[in-house]
Amino acid sequence: MIKAADSAADLVHGAGGDGHGTARSVVRVRVLRQDVAGGESYWERFEVSYEPNMNVISVLQKIAAQARSQDGRKVAPVAWDCNCLEEVCGSCTMLINGRTRMACSALVDRLQAENGDEIELRPMSKFPVVRDLVVDRRRVFRGLEKVKAWVPVEGSYDLGPGPRISPEEQEDAYPLSECMSCGCCLEACPQYTKVETVRRDDESEADFEKRRKSAFDTGFVGAHAISQAVLFNAHPTGRMIADERMEALTRQGGIQMCGNAQNCVAVCPKRIPLTRSIARAGRAATVWALKKLFDR
Amino acid sequence: MAQPRVLVVGGGLAGLAATMRLAELGIDVDLVSLVPVKRSHSVCAQGGINSVNALTRQQGDSEWKHLDDTVYGGDFLQHQPPVKEMADWGPKIIDLMDRLGVPFNRTSEGFRDQRRFGGTLYKRTAFAGATTGQQLLYALDEQVRRWEVEGKVKKWEFWDFLGPVLDEAGRCRGAICQDLVTMQFKAFAADAVVLATGGNGLIYGRSTMSMVCTGSAVSRAYQAGACYGNGEFIQVHPTAIPGADKLRLMSESARGEGGRVWVPRKPQDQRDPRSIPEAERSYFLEERYPKYGNLVPRDIATREIFDICTTDGLSVEKDRLCVYLDLTHIPKETLDRKLGGILEIYEKFQGVDPRVTPMKIFPAVHYSMGGLWVDYEKSGSGGLAEGSLRNQQTSLPGLYAIGECDYQYHGANRLGANSLLSCIFSGLFVAPTLANVCGAATKAAGDQTRLFDAEIRRHEERHRELLARTAGDENPYTLHQELGNLMTRVATVVRRNDQLTAAYNEACRMAERWKRCAVSDTGNWTNQNVVFTKALGDMFPIAKLILKGALLRDECRGAHFKPAFSMPGLKATDPEGKRREAEQWCDAFEANTRKWLKSTIATCGPNGDPEISYQDIDTSLIPPRPRLYGLVGGDAIEEAWKDRAAKAAGQVAEKGQPAGAGA
Repeated sequence: MIKAADSAADLVHGAGGDGHGTARSVVRVRVLRQDVAGGESYWERFEVSYEPNMNVISVLQKIAAQARSQDGRKVAPVAWDCNCLEEVCGSCTMLINGRTRMACSALVDRLQAENGDEIELRPMSKFPVVRDLVVDRRRVFRGLEKVKAWVPVEGSYDLGPGPRISPEEQEDAYPLSECMSCGCCLEACPQYTKVETVRRDDESEADFEKRRKSAFDTGFVGAHAISQAVLFNAHPTGRMIADERMEALTRQGGIQMCGNAQNCVAVCPKRIPLTRSIARAGRAATVWALKKLFDR
Repeated sequence: MAQPRVLVVGGGLAGLAATMRLAELGIDVDLVSLVPVKRSHSVCAQGGINSVNALTRQQGDSEWKHLDDTVYGGDFLQHQPPVKEMADWGPKIIDLMDRLGVPFNRTSEGFRDQRRFGGTLYKRTAFAGATTGQQLLYALDEQVRRWEVEGKVKKWEFWDFLGPVLDEAGRCRGAICQDLVTMQFKAFAADAVVLATGGNGLIYGRSTMSMVCTGSAVSRAYQAGACYGNGEFIQVHPTAIPGADKLRLMSESARGEGGRVWVPRKPQDQRDPRSIPEAERSYFLEERYPKYGNLVPRDIATREIFDICTTDGLSVEKDRLCVYLDLTHIPKETLDRKLGGILEIYEKFQGVDPRVTPMKIFPAVHYSMGGLWVDYEKSGSGGLAEGSLRNQQTSLPGLYAIGECDYQYHGANRLGANSLLSCIFSGLFVAPTLANVCGAATKAAGDQTRLFDAEIRRHEERHRELLARTAGDENPYTLHQELGNLMTRVATVVRRNDQLTAAYNEACRMAERWKRCAVSDTGNWTNQNVVFTKALGDMFPIAKLILKGALLRDECRGAHFKPAFSMPGLKATDPEGKRREAEQWCDAFEANTRKWLKSTIATCGPNGDPEISYQDIDTSLIPPRPRLYGLVGGDAIEEAWKDRAAKAAGQVAEKGQPAGAGA
């Protein structure tokens, strides 16, 4: 038993995965780096040892551990965002071989099959770079504020259960509710362009925050927020402020900016039916605009 | 401080529930988190959340039975009043989350659907597909965003908690945190600080936990003087998908929906699993535990899977330990509807469709039952006195802990789908306590600026010292792997004193080696390297208390299994012999209960070495009884035990009679 337990732990900690990958011994990576916000970007190449079933996260972990570039220079580890590593937290979005996706579910074997010898990692291009592969995605969460993506309950005290909901309604709502605010749909959207505000020397933090939010609001709100508006407008309690959401969706940066490129739905890692949400929101916006016209 | 202000550290379920309730009570909240709160580790919880419900009630279930399952499953190592309060709140909490818009699965009539989870015989678990944690977290995230727009909540995302600030009297007056982008330090003054920072799986290297689960915040509170409870109780989840960067969870709901665990009877049978006939498969959980089958409590399922691979040599693969978790007999449509999310994870990361081919799984470190010791005040009805300043308070006045980072609810083993409940419950329940703290006469006397300035300088100094360490010969990432391997090897499923002693000394050496860690990034902008190195340093005090606690606890209880101190089943087969052995077994059990039914309390000594003491447990509601899932001779032991319990109850009743009542 002693011996068994010993070797068992080693086995558990040994190379994971089913080992169906190729027998390559190294993985070559090219990373677009940037040392500070607003700084110059530059390419740096790395080489790490190959393991079966490894993903881009394990590649970046190895880069951090060795902290050397391919040509052997000592360099600072590449900075990147991640947390859950199972594609449910939305942290690790980046451009991998030119495509926006989650680093945790990007498997090296498939990437090498796709792009030959070298894997290319770049930060998302629609958000200001903080450092290396880390970008500032506060605008994504601002979008949720803008469309009031919540159920407007009257407090959190016990007032009995929520409304009865048919299985069909639940099955409709559930996929939309899986949106993890990763920003893939925004990165891929031609209408969503970068908004970068820099704090002025004479500006207070509160003033800067205000200016940044209003700068966010002038740009396109994007598929993720439109889909959340649709989700909450379909909920029996959520729809009680449906008009407020429609107001937000028809203001500057609203749904009218959608160019129907349909890239969003193609890149969503959760396969959320974003174009269906946009179509629904579009119809609702038309009805709402007409209603507003006649109510005047 | 005119307007009351609370600092919440951590924005998972517990932190967000507390924040929401505090804002509602009119209190301003600073919410500090390592990641945007919507990306917290709670999103990884899959299976569901437990509470008694209309359906189970009619099958004989009650809040009391939920309490009983929880303490029995936890091997009686938790104080019972907090668990009672939690079970009582269960139905209210599910109703609340339902109102907040959580897309719980529905019955054809539009009511919430329920599934069965481990350690209970009732269908008590409400669920939203296989992403229940994500859905619950989002609902709270949305409500907190509402309060943020209202100006009651200020979020500090990408900030690291460095430690509490204590005044001369030892009361917590706030905390020092660091901006992970600009690397700047800031003091947060607060009437109370509440830690909701989750578990510490990263001490084990790879686990099912997220990358922020280093336990650093808790360790910093512990090093500042807060006591730590039941550290050695770490839950190893029976079913995870092994991976190079992480061991990904495969939810218990896969078994709740009918998934079956098996291995081929022939060692390393290389045939396609689908072609192996029933007779040549061993459904070992169903065979050994006919009552609970695949849904035995987690510690038992984990041990059986571990054992069948190591002792019996029946691992499916030779080089990598694993067993089959089989869903292929369930209709594809049902699987997609009820388990879609987790099956996608398996498919995505393993490239195999679990609807068609049985999954290969193995246990992985999953949950910290132990955590910061917290207090409570018992009410007259056996639950908790709501609003008492003592509820959820650590041993440092003014510092509170909730969620996975407290030690209070799960004893020696947590039941599936109880963690989401304990997180939301403790978050909601601590709010009136904190409101009362804000209102109580505990205000800081005079100006605290100097206190805060001194603390900031101390942390800046430590940070500078780390940045200057470029010449050391240790690599923090490699050292972390070594620590993880050590902990996984000796402090998970099977524990032995010789190994634990050696491991403790090794951990002490590693802690010394940490001091020679060189940082590879000396900059002061988004320096993840130095932040990780700092967190690694804080893992050692916790690793040490886990090892020391495990070493000293010479018994088997819940997740803590020491074969040298296990109580074997009965050997006799004749009724009389059986009864005699059962009585002896019960004697031994009673002696062990007297000796070991105690919380392990660690306080941080010099060098981060733990000093261990023990505290009695409040078992006033449900007397401890043997946990007999599947033990040989269990029936005879149970019978003997029942007779004893009846006798003891009779004695109590007799004693309770007024003098001369029989005259």
